[in-house]
Amino acid sequence: MKPAKFEHQRMASLDEAVKALGNAEGETRVLGGGQSLGPMMNLRLAQPDVVLDLSKVEGLDGIEETGNAIRVGARVSHARIEDGEVPGKTGDYMQFVATGISYRSVRNRGTIGGSVAHADPSADWPSALLALGGSVTAAGGNGIRTISLDGFTVGPFSTGLGWDEILTGFELPVLGTDANWGYYKVNRKPGEFADAIGAVTLGVEARAVCGATESAPFRVTEIEERLASGVQEVSIAEVRDILDRYDAGFDDYELQIHAVALSRAVQGAFA
Amino acid sequence: MPDGATVQGIGASVLRKEDKRFLDGHGRYVADIVRPRMLEAAIVRSPTAHAEKLSVTKPDLEQQRVFTAEDMLSDGVKPIHVISKYPGHKPSDYPHLAIGKLRFVGEAVAVCLADTRAAAEDLATQTKISFDPLPAIVDMVDAAESPPALVHEQWGDNVILDSLFEEKASNLDRATVSVTRTFRMNRQAVNPLEGAAVLAEWDAREERLVVHSSSQIPHILKNALCECLGLRQNQVHVIAPDVGGGFGYKCVLIPEEIFIPWVAMQVKQPVRWIQDRREHLIAAANAREHHYSVTLHADTDGNFIGVEADIIVDSGAYSVYPHSNILESTMAGRTLHGPYKFSAYKVRSRAVATNKPPIVPYRGVARPGICFAMELAIDAMARKLGCEPYDLRMQNLVPSDAMPYKTITGGEFDSGDYQEALRRAGTLIDLKAVRSRQRQDEADGRLIGVGFGCYIEMTALQTSAAARAGLAAIPGYEQAHIRLTPDGGLEIGVGVQNHGQGMETTLAQVACERFGMDIAMVAIRHGDTATSPYSTGTYASRSMIMAGGAIARTCDVLGVQIRRIGAHLLQCEFDDTSIRDACVIGPSSAVTFAEIARVWHRNPEELPADVDPAGVEVTSGFRPSPDNSPFSYATHACVVRIDPELGHVELLDYVISEDCGTIVNPMIVDGQIIGGALQGVGTALYEESCYDADGQPLSSTFADYMMPGSTHLPNLRVDHLVTPSPLTEYGVKGLGEGGAIPPPAAIANAINDALRGYGVEVVETPVTPRRILEAIAGSKT
Repeated sequence: MKPAKFEHQRMASLDEAVKALGNAEGETRVLGGGQSLGPMMNLRLAQPDVVLDLSKVEGLDGIEETGNAIRVGARVSHARIEDGEVPGKTGDYMQFVATGISYRSVRNRGTIGGSVAHADPSADWPSALLALGGSVTAAGGNGIRTISLDGFTVGPFSTGLGWDEILTGFELPVLGTDANWGYYKVNRKPGEFADAIGAVTLGVEARAVCGATESAPFRVTEIEERLASGVQEVSIAEVRDILDRYDAGFDDYELQIHAVALSRAVQGAFA
Repeated sequence: MPDGATVQGIGASVLRKEDKRFLDGHGRYVADIVRPRMLEAAIVRSPTAHAEKLSVTKPDLEQQRVFTAEDMLSDGVKPIHVISKYPGHKPSDYPHLAIGKLRFVGEAVAVCLADTRAAAEDLATQTKISFDPLPAIVDMVDAAESPPALVHEQWGDNVILDSLFEEKASNLDRATVSVTRTFRMNRQAVNPLEGAAVLAEWDAREERLVVHSSSQIPHILKNALCECLGLRQNQVHVIAPDVGGGFGYKCVLIPEEIFIPWVAMQVKQPVRWIQDRREHLIAAANAREHHYSVTLHADTDGNFIGVEADIIVDSGAYSVYPHSNILESTMAGRTLHGPYKFSAYKVRSRAVATNKPPIVPYRGVARPGICFAMELAIDAMARKLGCEPYDLRMQNLVPSDAMPYKTITGGEFDSGDYQEALRRAGTLIDLKAVRSRQRQDEADGRLIGVGFGCYIEMTALQTSAAARAGLAAIPGYEQAHIRLTPDGGLEIGVGVQNHGQGMETTLAQVACERFGMDIAMVAIRHGDTATSPYSTGTYASRSMIMAGGAIARTCDVLGVQIRRIGAHLLQCEFDDTSIRDACVIGPSSAVTFAEIARVWHRNPEELPADVDPAGVEVTSGFRPSPDNSPFSYATHACVVRIDPELGHVELLDYVISEDCGTIVNPMIVDGQIIGGALQGVGTALYEESCYDADGQPLSSTFADYMMPGSTHLPNLRVDHLVTPSPLTEYGVKGLGEGGAIPPPAAIANAINDALRGYGVEVVETPVTPRRILEAIAGSKT
């Protein structure tokens, strides 16, 4: 399969990209690393008229710690995160997640911003970052705004970005040196998309996420409450009972593997 | 070692002659070939599994760039039509482009041409098709028992062939213990690294059609082109360049191999079509789908009495050229016995038509299915008898002192020690240690299981057996053409096709062995119908036996010619000469092949007037005599660890004890076995072409179709028994397919062994986490 005809525009700056997006006629897609959009265009599942390529835009690939937050640019590759460029405990967590994404050549090109903006339910970052908390920064016709990661992923391939907005980066919490985290991805082959994800961080607050669902990842407050109260183990049966109360559309098998993922993420956090 | 043996002959781990071009990126596949004014083709494919009243509307402005079945019919192109001589086989046509009816999703409907593939795909989206939907026949059991519709109306049902293999059924009365199970091996795609690819053009100077295709059978493709397009044999030239894996998918004709050349003749420009992975996963989801109801009968001591079975093979919508749509069902029906002794046999086997792509003989051909069914039934029997499955197998395998052994269905095992293969596999996997480990629970709650799978494989199917079985394609003798070149080297033409097996090396090793020459001086030429001897091609694990045998025999004929000239040059009697180290050796001196070749080709004035003008260029051939097939065999054994919370299976250990007769190149043999076993792991655990109830394929990308990877096998340990076959040159047996046959059986048996505490069994491939968890859940209800 080859893509349908489209116009490729290489953006020189974020300003230019925002203007181009705002003025675009026809369907316009923003290209980060192209590791998801590329295959979708080849399969003609995506047929944009215009592709705005951010690969030469400066200022979107920084990683910096600013006191109580870590800023990660949208164009930071999975590989740089895998290589430990994000500092501290937050970096440890993200490094673990990045290492499990596909294989190295995809990680070299694929970007964290692209992954979150694309919002494939089976991808790692939408679930992993929801469990971390923090916010997304976006640039649009009305300037820059900050959007909480809570609720940012709305559904499959759907986010809180406005039609004229470009995801520029993330502000992520600094996990303390004594903070625990756990991430468990159920898949059958290293690097494959997830069948189920369990993600847990215990920073300022306890966060627990059930991910790789049919739709958006979601926080599991019952488990967060238990973690906040000092509980360090949640059995698979307990998680099953809890998840069963959510309207996630799981069949019995899916319920089981999501329960295992979350139970093992908790286990991993205290291992 | 035979006379003339060198370090590069039979048995040497010679590095592959092919390695340099492949590792340097100098291999040339169809997609690497570009011709002037070449057009690219994209194919409009059926979006529905079953429909009638098909109508195709070409885009207004591009009528000349889009071709349909009507265009082909009006030009007199004939459809593929393959029926076997088996009584009762129902005939059907396989149209190159769909006519009237659509019979599976992915069936070719129209072909669109443009300067680039992307533009051709644009044209394909502008080509509109309409049709009246019909109910889809998706499940093979429904197809046989309660069809919602008919794939081919003229038949009155969907059963292509209903065959009964019954021998001494009255002996079944002697059975005292029986187990009955239902098994299913699901459909998958073959997935060679290189998909199908065709490039065709009419050569006006040569006045012939030149077709490049990624094929295992270039000569058979040439036959098909002549038959369908009404061309003379001298008007068709087929070239199979480097072929990136075939595995049986490329030993059948695909419609593209006819309609792309036909289209190229219409537009008088070269036309190329490269199958993409999505097309492969949809239109070529065409392997393995079998259903078994098996009853294994034994006496109280565990001696097998008989087997009864009802087999259904999902043959898909059409009958493929040249092997037909009943190859798998008849092979499964006839050889379900495997390597075991039986005194009663009653197997019904039906090939059924469904709205899915036509089945092809994927590596192992039917035997992965029958091995899975028989070997799981044996483990079920062992559990019922309360005995060790290993012991039950040992007790019932055909013993070596019974060789040659007539099977209950009339086959003949030529040689081997099946029990020793099992014994060695049991030792290598350390069955006792596994059993003792199983007596304690694992600290992490995982479950350990051990499983075995034994098989026999008839290799290099022979003429009379193929004719007896009523097969549509019957192989005969195999030829080699050998020229002693002016520098004393050999150029060897063979009609078989190398598509990754290293045959340019192993076939050369045969000539090295015969003449004691440096392998650098031996070149194997293949893949071109203009320059190679006619051959039915590479399939059925036949090439080393047949083309290797042909090279050995042709070397013998050529050797006589070379010795005659040598005797003249040495001024000695012919009978006093012999060949060693690429020299003719006389009583007191020797003359090199290079010197003999120089005299013959360039200084014939030095030869006497009565020299044999046949010279040093010879074609001769080989077939086993009697024309029986050598049987390869092996036992695979593995240890699995199951995570009972997720249903994930990990292969902890995997051993193979096999016998392919004399080993030509140990490194290549191990590579073939390991590669085959990994494909078998795919069948066992990962690969499945899923369909919804309407026959829509659900596994159309690698995101939805899981291939095994290098992380999915532990370091395989391969152990070789060597029982030379009495039927072949050097005692070789075929080994290309065997590795892929027993992994589903061995792995599923290991899984069932691990699950024994739950009292449940898995009975369907691939054994996915979902299937394992559903089996475990079944024990709790």
